[in-house]
Amino acid sequence: MAIEALPQLTPKDFASDQDIRWCPGCGDYSILAQTKKIMPDLGIPREKIVFVSGIGCSSRFPYYMSTYGFHSIHGRAPAVATGVKVANPELSVWVATGDGDGLSIGGNHLVHVIRRNLDIKILLFNNRIYGLTKGQYSPTSELGKKTKSTPMGSVDNPLHPLSIAIGAEGSFVARSMDVNVKHLGEILTRAAHHKGTAFIEIYQNCNVFNDGAWEHVSNRETKDDTTLFLEHGKPMIFGKNRDKGIRLNGKMEPEVVQLGNGIKEDDLLFHDEKAAEPSLAFMLSRMRYPEFPEPMGVLRAVDAPLFEKGVHDQMKAAEAKNGRGTLEQLLNSGDTWVVQ
Amino acid sequence: MSTDTLVMPPSTKPIESLDEVTVRFAGDSGDGMQLAGMQFTNSTVIFGNDISTFPDYPAEIRAPAGTLAGVSGFQVNFSSHEVHTPGDAVHTLIAFNPAALKANIADVRQGGIVIANEDSFGKTDLKKAGYEVNPLEDGTLSGKYQLYRVPIGKLTGNALKDSGLGAKDIDRCKNFFALGLVYWLYGRPMETTLKWIDEKFGKNPQVCEANKTVLKSGYFYGETCEIFPSSYKVPKAKLPAGKYRRISGNEAAALGCIAAAQIAGKDLFYASYPITPASDILHTLAKYKNFRVKTFQAEDEIAAMASAIGGAFAGDIAVTGTSGPGLALKGEGIGLAVMTELPVVIIDVQRGGPSTGLPTKTEQADLLQAVLGRNGECPLCVIAASSPSDCFHAAIEAVRIATKFMVPVILLTDGYIANGEEPWLLPDIKSLPKIEIKHPTGGNGHPFHPYERNEMLARPWAIPGTKGLEHRIGGLEKQDITGNVSYDPENHERMIHLRAKKVATIAQDIPLQTVMGPEKGDLLVIGWGGTAGAIRSAVERVQAQGHKVAAAHLRYMNPFPRNLGEILKNYKKVLVPELNMGQLRMLLRANFLVDAIGYNKIKGKPFLIAELEMKIQELLATFLETSQG
Ligand code: SF4
Repeated sequence: MAIEALPQLTPKDFASDQDIRWCPGCGDYSILAQTKKIMPDLGIPREKIVFVSGIGCSSRFPYYMSTYGFHSIHGRAPAVATGVKVANPELSVWVATGDGDGLSIGGNHLVHVIRRNLDIKILLFNNRIYGLTKGQYSPTSELGKKTKSTPMGSVDNPLHPLSIAIGAEGSFVARSMDVNVKHLGEILTRAAHHKGTAFIEIYQNCNVFNDGAWEHVSNRETKDDTTLFLEHGKPMIFGKNRDKGIRLNGKMEPEVVQLGNGIKEDDLLFHDEKAAEPSLAFMLSRMRYPEFPEPMGVLRAVDAPLFEKGVHDQMKAAEAKNGRGTLEQLLNSGDTWVVQ
Repeated sequence: MSTDTLVMPPSTKPIESLDEVTVRFAGDSGDGMQLAGMQFTNSTVIFGNDISTFPDYPAEIRAPAGTLAGVSGFQVNFSSHEVHTPGDAVHTLIAFNPAALKANIADVRQGGIVIANEDSFGKTDLKKAGYEVNPLEDGTLSGKYQLYRVPIGKLTGNALKDSGLGAKDIDRCKNFFALGLVYWLYGRPMETTLKWIDEKFGKNPQVCEANKTVLKSGYFYGETCEIFPSSYKVPKAKLPAGKYRRISGNEAAALGCIAAAQIAGKDLFYASYPITPASDILHTLAKYKNFRVKTFQAEDEIAAMASAIGGAFAGDIAVTGTSGPGLALKGEGIGLAVMTELPVVIIDVQRGGPSTGLPTKTEQADLLQAVLGRNGECPLCVIAASSPSDCFHAAIEAVRIATKFMVPVILLTDGYIANGEEPWLLPDIKSLPKIEIKHPTGGNGHPFHPYERNEMLARPWAIPGTKGLEHRIGGLEKQDITGNVSYDPENHERMIHLRAKKVATIAQDIPLQTVMGPEKGDLLVIGWGGTAGAIRSAVERVQAQGHKVAAAHLRYMNPFPRNLGEILKNYKKVLVPELNMGQLRMLLRANFLVDAIGYNKIKGKPFLIAELEMKIQELLATFLETSQG
């Protein structure tokens, strides 16, 4: 096979000619910048990349990439992306969605696309608010949240995006943050290389309607104590002085422990992103500040069969068995009889 | 096995010749009526009659046994000439229980044959069906019909007493006793069914033999038993020569989609969520994977629509199928396809509405939903199929228009033609329309404009993977030519007009409307969709009575054929029979200011020829009298 040398692209090559219309200071800028930045190294030609989105601030994303793009309707991006990927599995398909788009109106599609394990990448920008509709609480907003639609505080119990993804049999589930650009770039790259649905929750600051929603994990002073960076095969250690860890207690529940005083690294949980059994990954997905540090990185990365491959394999198998169908065969495919 | 070449002895009883016969099998949904009906249909088409069938089954999978809600029926109309409907009045009703009798007796013609399974007319059976006294005994039937009380259950049991089968398995065979009896009654050959039994139960010789035995017992019962004075024959029809197959509307729609993709040289992507009565399209397509067919059972109707849009964006022939409630759910997605100008075909197999309505019954009440049911000014093309086999051609036409004009097309069929079957003369491949698709290729150095239009106002279908044509589309208003997001008021109005004009332009690309009958006259009967057969037959009858009546049947619902306005003016009155409250009539009035008269039936059932004929005669009488007097 002749391999055509690809011209080395730069992040700039992935910028479209459209003016970016997010509010100044919005976390979306950073996510866009990191995405453009990792693209050249993936070695995928621009024309083979498709960004699909739904509705919301995050969903403007495709307009700002110089790839193929589809800004669809509210919540339906995973379904549109499914059609694109099944029609042409050679395309690199990405979905940009938000906490409202992906988890509220589009919750159904999100769950199903993840369980089917299409080889697509889903970036869920979680800002815990509806931005585009100007500030109502979202499915990830905390209880008691005061917004325009909840002046007395929200009585809606929030959900955990990563728990949903793991519950939906996600083969790649990760979390990163808009302000941690290096980590974000690494996670995006890992997602790109994963064979299967890659789901990344990205903590994103909406500085207009929900400024500081992630302050507890982004604040320079405190973040080392409030986040847990996961590394495969390594003990779960965190803290400014890397002196705290996570271990399982007798009730099989996670607990934060101080290292020292007889507690050694070996007593801690070791992260295994490849574990076939998702219980520990699910446990991590439930860990929330202030009781726990919030995990960052890849919670789960396992191999699983690809949906679109299954579809195409069946077509190939049917062809191998019966030959490629023709119009002639089609018309004669039932019980026929001849009238003289 | 010796039975494979079984030749039935010639009947020794008198044989009466008939032109056209309608048989209905009716029983509990567990009684195997659909199977008996299908087998009768198979044997009859192979015998050489023209046929039309109408399965009528309950919405519940297993409604309480013996109740009216659980009655399942299968009607076959067969004839020595061409037939266009499954028949009006029933010549022979096979009623497996009191409920089946009660639900169907009104459709049996005076003097028709009623074969009742008297084993199922016990006290509790009668009570379940709401009979105070046994209708087989109180004389209500015997005067009006030829009533035959046949202990089908007992006779089946006798035939199988040495078979080694349990009582339950034996009971399951009784539909074949009835089938055998009806085979005798109408002089049908049994070979097709015997062969089918071999194929179906070949692995289980005991069951295989039992079914054959029962079938033949039914046949011989008719021949030797004293109760039937004669049998009937319906000579072969003179059908056009050629190769035929039996086809239902849903099968035909599926084959049409595959054929269209084959003609276009592309893959077919079919996304659908299970819904009655459209699921058989998905089932059929799933069997044709070696024809470059990708089927996707989506998580819901919306996902089916959205994934079809994604499939179209990526360059497949994209189709989704549904019924009324699903079409409502797809509405927003269809709007996206209109805005992004992508070729998606949406097949709506209409059923009784509103809401969940009557899932297994037929209706034509989605026309306005199809034409108008979306937010904003959202025009698209709507076409309708008129018979089971016509679904094949309509599906090809839908794909042809969608891809030529870059517009979603809704294809309306209905439960009646979707499940009904008829013999189909296989079309000559060369006669099928051409579907030529040219995707632009990149590399001319100019910036690519996804909303630049050709002379048909269609935009280019540039597909991902094509170098140099990377572009973004979406549901926000598009700037003319560039396709960039635009909030400019002038541009918005221009785009609204452009999208409308594009759909209107389709009228230049479709055939002129034809009429059956005089070009000018007293009455035009205009219909659409699955009522074609009944309207045509009724109008033919009235024409034969010397009336200046014509029929026009619409395939193109939006846009209408460009000569339709002229046609409407050529008749004193216009009658619009529809299985709804008058939706086509409303469109005709709005578009052509014509004082169209409606004839509307909303019972979940198709038109009878006789009721249409009567309506036409009544209407003619009113104004012909007054104009003459
Ligand atoms: S509203 Fe919030 S999320 Fe939306 S663009 Fe502005 S800052 Fe970003």
